[in-house]
Amino acid sequence: MTALLEVANVSKRFGGVVAVRELDLRVEEGEILGLIGPNGAGKSTVFNLINGVYPPDIGRVVFRGADITGAPPYRIARQGLARAHQIVQPLAGLTVLDNCTVGACFGRENLPLAAARETAREVAEIVGLRGQLDILAGQLTTGGKKRLELARALSARPHLLLLDEVLAGLNPTEIEQMIEIVRGIRRRGVSILIIEHVMRAIMSLSDRIVVLNLGAKLAEGAPREIAADPKVITAYLGEAEPADDAGANP
Amino acid sequence: MWRRPFLWLILAVSLAFVLVPYLTDDVQLREGLLLAAVYVILASSLNLMIGYAGYVNFGNIVFFGLGGYVCVFLVSEWHWPLVPSAILAGVAVSAVALLFGLGILRLRGAFFALATIGINEAVRQLVTNFEPWGGATGIYLSFDAYEPLGGPMQALWTSYFLVVGVMALSLLASFAIKRSKFGLGLIAIGQNEDAAATLGVPTPRYKALVYSASAFLPAVAGGIYFFKSGIIEPGAAFNLGLSIEAIVMVMLGGQGTVIGPAVGAFLYEELRGALLVAEAFSNFQLVIAGVLLLVIVLFVPGGLMGFVHRRWPKARSWLE
Repeated sequence: MTALLEVANVSKRFGGVVAVRELDLRVEEGEILGLIGPNGAGKSTVFNLINGVYPPDIGRVVFRGADITGAPPYRIARQGLARAHQIVQPLAGLTVLDNCTVGACFGRENLPLAAARETAREVAEIVGLRGQLDILAGQLTTGGKKRLELARALSARPHLLLLDEVLAGLNPTEIEQMIEIVRGIRRRGVSILIIEHVMRAIMSLSDRIVVLNLGAKLAEGAPREIAADPKVITAYLGEAEPADDAGANP
Repeated sequence: MWRRPFLWLILAVSLAFVLVPYLTDDVQLREGLLLAAVYVILASSLNLMIGYAGYVNFGNIVFFGLGGYVCVFLVSEWHWPLVPSAILAGVAVSAVALLFGLGILRLRGAFFALATIGINEAVRQLVTNFEPWGGATGIYLSFDAYEPLGGPMQALWTSYFLVVGVMALSLLASFAIKRSKFGLGLIAIGQNEDAAATLGVPTPRYKALVYSASAFLPAVAGGIYFFKSGIIEPGAAFNLGLSIEAIVMVMLGGQGTVIGPAVGAFLYEELRGALLVAEAFSNFQLVIAGVLLLVIVLFVPGGLMGFVHRRWPKARSWLE
């Protein structure tokens, strides 16, 4: 069986900087794959290449057997690939409910408005935004906006969810809650590709981890192997415990 | 659908527009209200672009002028009746807008706004040099053109009723679009186009469609308006000043709401009427319009409706 998402030999350069170099990546059905690396390693660029913000210079992106290389974001979203951004992008003048309704309306299921509202309500419940449905998205707290990013992406009922640092900027309690939410999403059969700096979280969440450094793959394996890999430790500036220090820096 | 107070409001206002001047046989009032109705149509349609999709179109008047030309040409040269001429004008101009839209909607922000001014000016120059449409002198309608409607006097009334009908349609369209999936997608684009695309909103198609939709009723209204005037020439048809006044109306009433632009248009027409009588100097209303726009953008970006919604949040649910 082929992978849910396959990134094959993808490169992207911006001017003289090679942001991503000959990267291979596979996300299997039902898996949580962690993507880590020092700041500037090219993690968010990888997400941008996958969901069509810009096309790769070379290489292919294949999602559920279909080549989506260079397709625009809205077409990729329709095929069941949703994304939560690192820097939250709420539709600030719309309510929380309407934000999620947009996700449900134009996502994989392409729902009509009334059905989309129902889905949006259900999803808001899952991420704990039920009491805030009628609040304007711009008025949410940072934690609330992070939840909204997640809820909106989830409203599309995606096959694969790209999560870009959804824990950044949250307090410890919120982080615990968010980790549980992400686990719950996977139990519903959604595969997840997650970028995260909070090591404790990514180590416990991921089935496998890919480490990116200077745009290229440095290591790949189970969380335990990655944590013990000397190359990875060196990449994180020789810290003995890459874990918690990196987490402080969003 | 008729449970919505808003739809009754549209009906009541339209009826008042029809009945008050007709029963009092007040021609002067009718002319004022006709202009107000035209303004409502221009502002409501422009609001689809500015208020919903978040694209400021400075050249929206090009649709009004082109619609006028197509309609007057059909009536004058092909001797078509008014109504089919006006409708065909709407369809033709919408189709042209779709082509323009696919081209210029790749631009964003200030560059889009500049391109829309460019389109209006380019079309004006083109028409000024287009002999079949009378070039710089334009097209005059002979009195014969009004015979099918029962002579010029009756034709003025008929034109007025038709414009009021188009006004009601423009409000209904604003309402229906806002309540639709299409409208939700547009508003998402207006809020954050990149986020909307990531969420799956087909942004290029939706933008081109709304640009085309915002052309339809102004073109129809332009057709009726210039038929009523009996003359159309490039300066009056593609008047950039009116384009900018329409933006003031949208902002004054409250962009993104259904009622706001209509209220703004009506108030602006009243204001303009008062200023014309004041005779300070010609086009004094443009000075006021500029100041008004500045004040709104700086202090009440939500316009009148924004103010009402903030003051009485409950009104938001029924006063769209």
